[in-house]
Amino acid sequence: MAECRLEQSGRVLVVYLSGEIDHHEAARLRGQIDPRILSGDFARVVLDFSGVTFMDSSGIGLILGRYRLLRDLGGTLAVQGADPQVSRLLRLSGITDLVVLEGGAKV
Amino acid sequence: MKPVNSTKISFVSRSSNEAYARGAVAAFIAQLDPTVDELADIKTAVSEAVTNCIVHAYPGVLGQIYITVSLFENGRVRLRIADKGVGIEDVARSMQPMTTSGGPERAGLGFTVMQTFMDSLKVRSKLGKGTVVTMEKTIARRC
Repeated sequence: MAECRLEQSGRVLVVYLSGEIDHHEAARLRGQIDPRILSGDFARVVLDFSGVTFMDSSGIGLILGRYRLLRDLGGTLAVQGADPQVSRLLRLSGITDLVVLEGGAKV
Repeated sequence: MKPVNSTKISFVSRSSNEAYARGAVAAFIAQLDPTVDELADIKTAVSEAVTNCIVHAYPGVLGQIYITVSLFENGRVRLRIADKGVGIEDVARSMQPMTTSGGPERAGLGFTVMQTFMDSLKVRSKLGKGTVVTMEKTIARRC
């Protein structure tokens, strides 16, 4: 199971992800995150992976999809809190060229 | 070489079974005392292969997915993940990074991840018959 907690501070939305992110869970997470992004005028969305215990390439798809959504809306996406396993996938995908990595993401 | 131990599981291609598949494989492999990283690599590779079956082999329909896990004397693990789905027309092309027919939410990295996280990867596919993915990884002895 994966969960997400959304915290808004001004025009910044932080999405705290936790649990296991696979293809099944990514679809559920999208359904929770996207309506919130679309309902606000966010300059910046941060995906926080510090509570994630497993992730496959569906997590990369989740980041890419939100990156494209925010690009279309004129906002930016950042990723933080990636552990070594998640960081390895981020490196492998080349997504580090598109998305800002910060706060403990050792890529 | 004959495996010293093996198990088979099969299940319906529902996405809710992705966690079951990697969890069941991980539970069986635990007897080799893998490191956290080795186990994470294998779970990720299983998750990718099973997701491919669900998304690509059985698009919009339910089918059966078959996993065989074989353990060998030297700590080698062989995973065979098979489906009887639509098959892959061009295996070499589908294995190129960032190639996907799965839509904008798929990264097209499944085979790249399997290749990177496992020691070897073989894909055999026949259109209309299905696909067999065979992967191996040797778990280092730590005593």
